[in-house]
Amino acid sequence: MKVKHLVLRAALGVLLGTGAVVAPAQAQEGIYVPLMTYRTGPFATSGIPIANGMHDYLSMLNARDGGIGGAKLIIEECETGYDTKKGLECYEQVKSKNPVVTNPWSTGITLGLIPKASVDKIPILSMAYGLSASAVGNDFPWVFNPPATYWDGLSMILKHIGAKEGGLDKLKGKTIGYIFFDGGYGREPIPLLEQLAKDYGFTIKLYPVPVSEMQNQSGLWLNVRRDRPSWMVMWGWGAMNPTAVKEAAKIGFPMDHLVGVWWSGGEDDARPTGPEAKGYTTLNFSAVGANFPAIQDILKNVVDKGGSQVASKDKVGESHYNKGVYNSVLIAEAIRNAQKLTGKKVVNGDDVRRGLETLNISAARWKELGLAEFGSPLAVSCTDHNGHQSAYLQQWDGDKWVKVSDWIEPMKDKVQPLLDAAAKEYVEKNAGWPKRTETCDKAS
Amino acid sequence: MNLLYMIFVDPFMQMAAAPDLLVQTLWEGLVGGMLYALIALGFVLIFKASGVFNFAQGIMVVFAALTLVGTYHLLVLYGVSNTHLAAYVALAITIGVMFVLAYSVERLVLRPLVNQPDIILFMATFGLTYFLIGFGELVFGGEPKVMIADALYLPRGSVDYKILGGLVSLQKIDIAAAVIASLMVAALSVFFSKTRIGRALRAVADSHKAALSVGISLEQIWVTVWFAAGLVALVTGIMWGARSNVSFALQVISLKALPVLILGGFTSIPGAIVGGLIIGIGEKIGEFYWGPLIGGGTDSWLAYVIALVFLLFRPQGLFGEKIIERI
Repeated sequence: MKVKHLVLRAALGVLLGTGAVVAPAQAQEGIYVPLMTYRTGPFATSGIPIANGMHDYLSMLNARDGGIGGAKLIIEECETGYDTKKGLECYEQVKSKNPVVTNPWSTGITLGLIPKASVDKIPILSMAYGLSASAVGNDFPWVFNPPATYWDGLSMILKHIGAKEGGLDKLKGKTIGYIFFDGGYGREPIPLLEQLAKDYGFTIKLYPVPVSEMQNQSGLWLNVRRDRPSWMVMWGWGAMNPTAVKEAAKIGFPMDHLVGVWWSGGEDDARPTGPEAKGYTTLNFSAVGANFPAIQDILKNVVDKGGSQVASKDKVGESHYNKGVYNSVLIAEAIRNAQKLTGKKVVNGDDVRRGLETLNISAARWKELGLAEFGSPLAVSCTDHNGHQSAYLQQWDGDKWVKVSDWIEPMKDKVQPLLDAAAKEYVEKNAGWPKRTETCDKAS
Repeated sequence: MNLLYMIFVDPFMQMAAAPDLLVQTLWEGLVGGMLYALIALGFVLIFKASGVFNFAQGIMVVFAALTLVGTYHLLVLYGVSNTHLAAYVALAITIGVMFVLAYSVERLVLRPLVNQPDIILFMATFGLTYFLIGFGELVFGGEPKVMIADALYLPRGSVDYKILGGLVSLQKIDIAAAVIASLMVAALSVFFSKTRIGRALRAVADSHKAALSVGISLEQIWVTVWFAAGLVALVTGIMWGARSNVSFALQVISLKALPVLILGGFTSIPGAIVGGLIIGIGEKIGEFYWGPLIGGGTDSWLAYVIALVFLLFRPQGLFGEKIIERI
């Protein structure tokens, strides 16, 4: 009997603790938006603020505007723990409820869902992550990865390094280290890195970090100390990021020469190292801070009313939180476009795919949304599902992120041919990959 | 031929050419090894007392560290302005919480399962793991927290030695970790080998029924070892947390204890220590000198290879008990 009680208590604790208890899905007049999130496990460091940002922006639209175009949003979270297997299970759970979009929030899960998207007619929004080649809309009509691919991000970092060295030609003979999460996400930019190494004559040193060693990197950073790379580029996630920053500081690596992708740029990635992390630099594509009317609306309509899971109000506006907001802005704009294109209030996955394909968030539109200069202007089209937009560099000042560059454009001339080749290779490798039959809308 | 050179000659040339890096690598391995030994010790204590591999040891590390940091912030929030005082009060409270956890585990999990097959107890530790994950997240949230190293007077910075033609840098926190881990291991070794409870522990490990028949209190032994494992988890959580941050990712680190246990034996305290050091130093040396040959990232599996090599010669582990059964 006691064991039974314990099991029941444990189950209750797990359910409550993981946030698996969520609002019931599927109302008659709602638009169902499932959010795959990870508030638990080794990657919760990065997953929690993003989940909060996504959830809170959509909740704010419900509270402030009554949803989008008169239709309430039905928001449901499914906990993946950043585990591909669990993510695919989440997808199977939600797909019968007519979701209008899938947000996998993991490159591994995205890769698993890409073949399913066109079959189930549910578009995938893998915002600035996932398969870089899926930017090619003709081959991947159901997959969208705006505002920039990992390859764009890497090319921006290389541009920054080149600028600091006095020109990309000055990279010849130098060594650039690449520390990465040893999974689909971290390996994604390697083909472009190898190509750029050939083009500019630098040497690359790869430093993979397996999941089990995310918080045990002292050996790896000894290798860095021996190899003496001029720069370190980081593609980290979860607990890997703060450990890497600490270890870099520990071996005295110049922190401004450690440059991370946008997913390595959370406050909790730099904060544990404190002032010694000063100079650590990462890309970012969304602004940091809460001084935006839309985010103030989140505070007023959601956080103050107890509708958010943020640990404290000062977490609203942090770097990863705002990326979550950015993700939900894309969803909301795609739904609005879909409503305009179809004239329907309650749209479906097919409609939202068209909405995503006609995404166009100009500077003026960002302002209308209450998010002036929150991101660079974004335009997605029928053929280009990414936009290849610019990002900027932020630097840790010992206490917070500070914007230290203007918008940096990716090296489109280098990235696009490789993307096209990678998309072609993907299609060829997957025999019977469906040819695009979806028509392009005029706005696209 | 070149490959043979890279495997059998070049690494040793590197060691000779840069002895400072060799010393640095050995030091990192030693510190890592001490911390692995600490984690393994938590497993060994419980295995000795109940014959069960405690799957929950990893989450106990997280739970202890979260309790410490969470209680500290609560104390500061409620007006304890002296951060050092708050830290040590939080430490005392956390020790109390770990005792309550040990007592609860004995009352709610172990006592109803006396004389059940080991696999039942093992599965119960799975349940405990998921309960502590959910409960921990419910109480403390899933956000990462910064370990209160300064408030606990744990040292910062490094001690640098210009020796052997280069630089050897010892982080003060690593020195503290090595010293504290050594003291803890020594104290637990003495406690479990020289005291009445230690002898009773060995009797319980052999047979629950026989131990009960000579008047040994299973309840007392189990509470004691689970409490000791909780203290080990707390120290491990503080030290690993200070090296990175306090989050549920720390749980993954506990998996490093598996090769240590395979190597040192599941029932031996000296085995956990020696095994931890061999694995710690072995994986760092392996990754540093041979890792680049195969693209790095060897830390995650090299420890198992080292353990398996030892098992070829000593299947019971370095210090494990040789079991001879008549059939």
